[in-house]
Amino acid sequence: MSTITDTAGNTNEHDHHDDHHHGAPKGIMRWLLTTNHKDIGTLYLWFAFIMFLVGGAMAMVIRAELFQPGLQIVDPNFFNQMTTVHGLIMVFGAVMPAFTGLANWLVPMMIGAPDMALPRMNNWSFWILPFAFLILLASLFMEGGGPSFGWTFYAPLSTTYSSDSTALFVFSVHIMGISSIMGAINVIVTIINMRAPGMTLMKMPMFVWTWLITAFLLIAVMPVLAAAVTMVLTDKYFGTDFFNAAGGGDPVMFQHIFWFFGHPEVYIMILPAFGIISHIIPTFSRKKLFGYASMVYATASIALLSFVVWAHHMFTTGMPVGAELFFMVATMLISVPTGVKVFNWVATMWQGSMTFEIPMLFAISFIVLFTIGGLSGLMLAITPVDFQYHDTYFVVAHFHYVLVTGAVFSIMAAVYYWLPKWTGKMFDIRLAKWHFWCSLVSVNVLFFPMHFVGLAGMPRRIPDYALQFADFNQWISIGGFAFGLSQLIFLALVIKACRKQGEPVTDQVWDGAEGLEWEIPSPAPYHTFDTPPVVR
Amino acid sequence: MIENDGQKNGVTAANSVPPANHTKTVGKLFLLTVFMFGFGFALVPLYEVFCEITGINGRTDDSAAVYESVEVDETRTITVDFITRTSTGMPWEFTVDTKRVEVHPGELSQVNFYVRNPARRDIVAQAIPSVSPGSAALYVNKTECFCFQHQPLESGGETLMPMTFFIDPQLPDNITYFTLQYTLFDITERAGETVDVAMNTTLGD
Repeated sequence: MSTITDTAGNTNEHDHHDDHHHGAPKGIMRWLLTTNHKDIGTLYLWFAFIMFLVGGAMAMVIRAELFQPGLQIVDPNFFNQMTTVHGLIMVFGAVMPAFTGLANWLVPMMIGAPDMALPRMNNWSFWILPFAFLILLASLFMEGGGPSFGWTFYAPLSTTYSSDSTALFVFSVHIMGISSIMGAINVIVTIINMRAPGMTLMKMPMFVWTWLITAFLLIAVMPVLAAAVTMVLTDKYFGTDFFNAAGGGDPVMFQHIFWFFGHPEVYIMILPAFGIISHIIPTFSRKKLFGYASMVYATASIALLSFVVWAHHMFTTGMPVGAELFFMVATMLISVPTGVKVFNWVATMWQGSMTFEIPMLFAISFIVLFTIGGLSGLMLAITPVDFQYHDTYFVVAHFHYVLVTGAVFSIMAAVYYWLPKWTGKMFDIRLAKWHFWCSLVSVNVLFFPMHFVGLAGMPRRIPDYALQFADFNQWISIGGFAFGLSQLIFLALVIKACRKQGEPVTDQVWDGAEGLEWEIPSPAPYHTFDTPPVVR
Repeated sequence: MIENDGQKNGVTAANSVPPANHTKTVGKLFLLTVFMFGFGFALVPLYEVFCEITGINGRTDDSAAVYESVEVDETRTITVDFITRTSTGMPWEFTVDTKRVEVHPGELSQVNFYVRNPARRDIVAQAIPSVSPGSAALYVNKTECFCFQHQPLESGGETLMPMTFFIDPQLPDNITYFTLQYTLFDITERAGETVDVAMNTTLGD
């Protein structure tokens, strides 16, 4: 892959700093007005972390209610609001902004560009995001409550039976969508137009590749989500009948439109994770990534296939057998490129001089646990058995394995991997080990028993359950509280790192790390690659 | 202010690539965004056409079919179940005189549906058919159906609504049994609005 040979542009980075760049301005205005990709990356990451804690607090409410059978802590309507807003916040507020933050920080540094292509739009795409979530969270305090129809907002739950705050939900999703689309356009333009001389497409680091493909997915499907919420809005408030059978509409059509967005969306949340893991595994195995080209093609084929599998979310809506077979086979086909990736990572580790620093620990547990989530996904793809699994906790177990131990673990791995480059100091390794081991154990106590209660028939999104599920649910709740608390260790660690406490690190940080971002000084200067490096 | 200036300088220096370069790319991506937003809405007619061709959503044709020179296939007998239901908030009683008929494909048969409006207000209803399995929907031809029009009924009123249908002899061999369900929706408000709007327009003219 890319080996840098000419870093002349950066050797005097510190002098540069005093010459024609005024470093980072001070105070709140720095953050409000910033157009610097590193500042915006930091803002995105902090925002995502705060939303992760907010959404996590809602999960704690859910798990507290489900600790025992019966209704004890919250009323069912509030429980429904918690499951809904937990999902929305974690998807649109935590995972997606965290990946956008990583893209902001890393893409320009990895391709040798001085900044993102459209810095001012970059500022906008971040700063509209807090307002979107303020609107969403404020709706919880309205009369009648916030959205309570699940993050998938199926009609007619979101039209006929929703509370008056649905308009706020719709507008907040619109703003999130605009933010994501602007971010995606920025990433694509940056990658297409601003690569350093010599950085051909097939020399790009995997994180850049996966983000390029993710950005195209975002542009392709976020507008479809916007169309879906707009139809919900007009159905509810302006008398249209898109999803109303009485007026000639079709509620099942909502599910088709939603999942046409929704399935590519789940790959939006995992492809950048694949990129991150493809950086960390080679570094700590001290080998080149095995099968770089096949990784690129696998990512692209996952993205393409994601457009033809949406109806596997809808097997029980009464589709013709032919359609069910098609969507079953298409879904199973996705495990081929995904398997290519997993085997490539394993082959990269094979006979490598492996060491187990914190990012590597997260990366390896990502591979194992994401594969578990992938396998339960394969089970769900089988149409006849999906009739049993549909809408049970088995589904909840599946998508939390791929999103928490998949996407979220990869984000944490990325933060541990690049944090020393950002701050110039090694993070507190003792705290990091505590964070890793507590998270790893608790996350499995939290999500693994969900498979069992799901197979035994416990439905999802219900505040009460049959008595026989009580023991497992206590385990699940205890795991949930432990996982939630473990993230406070991470919070403490990141705050400590931001205060620049810790041992100084070298430019390369990790013995074995390769790529342009490891050739600039640590901490990464405010402006990098004013003169593009030459990649040979 | 100084801080702002510093910021601006940073931006100018950072944008060393000519911006014209970006405008073209951004323009294309923006067009793609707009196209996909339109595509989201285009999915609605696309879905309707797709369902009309394949019948997967179980909707029968909402216009009357003509019963002319249809060959009756006496070698096969199809069982048809009828289900009646009312949507939430719809107070009508809604029943069918025959819960199940056994017919040959091509044979014309009539079923009577009974409705009564026990509410204190006049209600306009709309019946929506749904065939399960959906693949049979394409072969259900109705020569007469109450679902083709709005059904107004004054408070306390009752009526019999006939439905005459025949099954297309082209019906695939694997279908021997299907269910035809009607759901009644209260569309008084919607229908009333239409009337009001029409009257206002006339007055305005």
